[in-house]
Amino acid sequence: MATDVTPRSAARTTTTEPEVLTGSGAILRSLEKLGVKDVFGLPGGAIIPFYDELMASTTIRHILVRHEQGGGHAAEGYATASGGVGVVIATSGPGATNLVTAIADAHMDSVPLLVITGQVFSTLMGTDAFQEVDIVGITMPITKHSFLVTRAEDVPSTLAAAYHVASTGRPGPVLVDITKDAQQGRAPFVWPTKLDLPGYRPVTKAHGKQIQAAAQLLAEAERPVLYVGGGIIRSGASAELLAFAEASGAPVVTTLMARGAFPDSHPQHLGMPGMHGTVPAVLGIQESDLLISLGARFDDRVTGKVSEFAPNAKIVHVDIDPAEISKIRVADVPIVGDAKEVLTDLIAAYGQASAGGRSDIGPWWKRLNTLRENFPLGYTEPEDGLLAPQAIIKRIGELTGPEGVYASGVGQHQMWAAQFIKYERPNSWLNSGGAGTMGYAVPAAMGAKVAEPQRTVWAIDGDGCFQMTNQELATCTINDIPIKVAVINNSSLGMVRQWQTLFYESRHSFTDLETGHETRMIPDFVKLADAYGALGIRVTRPEEVDPAIKLALETNDRPVVIDFVVSRDSMVWPMVPQGVGNSSVQYARDHAPEWAEE
Amino acid sequence: MSHVLSLLVEDKPGLLTRVAGLFARRGFNIESLAVGKTEVPGLSRITVVVDVEELPLEQVTKQLNKLINVIKIVELEPSQSVQREHLLVKVRVDNATRSQIIEAVNLFRARVVDVAPDALVIEVTGDSGKVQAFLRVIEPYGIREIAQSGLLAIGRGPKSISERVGKN
Repeated sequence: MATDVTPRSAARTTTTEPEVLTGSGAILRSLEKLGVKDVFGLPGGAIIPFYDELMASTTIRHILVRHEQGGGHAAEGYATASGGVGVVIATSGPGATNLVTAIADAHMDSVPLLVITGQVFSTLMGTDAFQEVDIVGITMPITKHSFLVTRAEDVPSTLAAAYHVASTGRPGPVLVDITKDAQQGRAPFVWPTKLDLPGYRPVTKAHGKQIQAAAQLLAEAERPVLYVGGGIIRSGASAELLAFAEASGAPVVTTLMARGAFPDSHPQHLGMPGMHGTVPAVLGIQESDLLISLGARFDDRVTGKVSEFAPNAKIVHVDIDPAEISKIRVADVPIVGDAKEVLTDLIAAYGQASAGGRSDIGPWWKRLNTLRENFPLGYTEPEDGLLAPQAIIKRIGELTGPEGVYASGVGQHQMWAAQFIKYERPNSWLNSGGAGTMGYAVPAAMGAKVAEPQRTVWAIDGDGCFQMTNQELATCTINDIPIKVAVINNSSLGMVRQWQTLFYESRHSFTDLETGHETRMIPDFVKLADAYGALGIRVTRPEEVDPAIKLALETNDRPVVIDFVVSRDSMVWPMVPQGVGNSSVQYARDHAPEWAEE
Repeated sequence: MSHVLSLLVEDKPGLLTRVAGLFARRGFNIESLAVGKTEVPGLSRITVVVDVEELPLEQVTKQLNKLINVIKIVELEPSQSVQREHLLVKVRVDNATRSQIIEAVNLFRARVVDVAPDALVIEVTGDSGKVQAFLRVIEPYGIREIAQSGLLAIGRGPKSISERVGKN
């Protein structure tokens, strides 16, 4: 063959033959082809070959985190704030296991995540080699899918498939574990023209008959409620939701995961349903005769006791994941499809169904408006004279505005941030809804700020949560990611303490963190901020609240940490105690009769 | 109530872990499991018998369908399918019992596949009822060892589970 090579055919060969790259080079080239701009990670032995390639990249910004969990949550925050895919990279063994919490979190909240881990040499796998763990096995229950790559030539097609699976259908985390020999090996770089995923065909377009049935039910309903979940945000269907809600005039509730999917300022919005939902939202659902669930999954924190949930309502359940439909509550009209497409079809179908007239929902609105007047969201001033946490969070929202991004940790401050900040746009509220991961806020805010650098990004955090992941302040300061952290410092694991107060005769077993008022204040959050190169501010009096928030908003050359020393006795209200029906919603503690044992 | 599910799956590492793990995680009990190759290279077939009511069955089917490597799932109704178990059993024999056991083997259309002075290995194939009935008959003679396959099942008629697969 070599004898008849002419210069012309040689030239043709060089243009058609794919370039030979190392597996590591192929990872980098694949990420570039996928349009990845920012990645979070921390190198180690089994991923060094890839980091060697990454150093030379001009298109991908790598942010070196201080702990892999922080990298995982940062990638989540990045994905959630931008609507794109988050990417996080770690080494084998403990590097990979440190990602587990973030992966589980992304799995519960359907966050599109591409997780790349290094693995020991394929020849060493199964021998208990140094820093070897079976991360594919460990994460199987908490990933949408996972891949093990042992050959350099499999890198491009695997990463393309992983990215596709993570970002389409019901999004979720996909892990790609790549052995060191696969990174070091050489292979022609062939970008796949077609993905080899015969078992993966997410349905996006719904069945026309079911759409018509749903529209007909809505036209006939006298007490409808649109029960909106995080799927609306993942689908990017807020505009369609607004149009559908306004066309039908039906009241809307937005779950914890859906805050911002529908404007809080909209007159049809009843607020958040569930354990700490507004009374109009909770009772609105309870009394409804038709519940149209849009990208929600009937979580136990929303339904309370399922057998008593919306007992007289017919259920229309729209979800892109068929397994969610009728999982908890049997749907009368199941609709599998992407929320954006389904809503577009529903608007048209409702137009036809209601053309000949529709039920009068006036009395329904009269009832709901009475509930709104009688039970607005509120709070009582603490009796100990310390700051009310709700007031602080409310002011942060008011002074920052709806264009800001708010990431929260998990607990009381999370609920207050969901209740007292007014959200007007999707992707402005980031939190760990399903997994309830303490420590989510700071790294998620960091990721959000990387994705949306022009926005003000707050981490509304608790003193417990903050201590779990605040090491990422170093990452923020060094990489010029000026997030703002509001530590709602009640010196305790507040939500657990609230339950202990209410259900365990105020036996506050191991919930005291000694960070707040009249304690040793370990650690001192202002000094901690200072140590990390952030601006630290302590606020203990009402008149200091606004100036501190304003100073934080004006400070953009470094991160800001405000230590809001608040009352530890403030509680989250309203509340439906666990295990009872939602009709037992308590507006405030004074309004609470004796609570049933859990 | 028992249901027989036939899963057409991609033959990928860890596939069985994904399927078995899903059953365990979601609290469904596997009664029997059989895995093997199919007529399509790269595709395997898992026959799983699961004891659940109708609604949980729908849920487990949907969850299995979400596994990326699961291509297709069909439930095989007993009346619309052929269902077989395969059993190897080692039974104690002596000169007095040997002919009685062989008579039972012939009655059940089973086969003796290994002979030793004091033991026989017998294979029997059939639906669960037949296999269990055979075991009851020979049990009094002294069963030394049993190896039993999971249930295998295939739909009756000309249609194939792998039709239209990989052609979209």
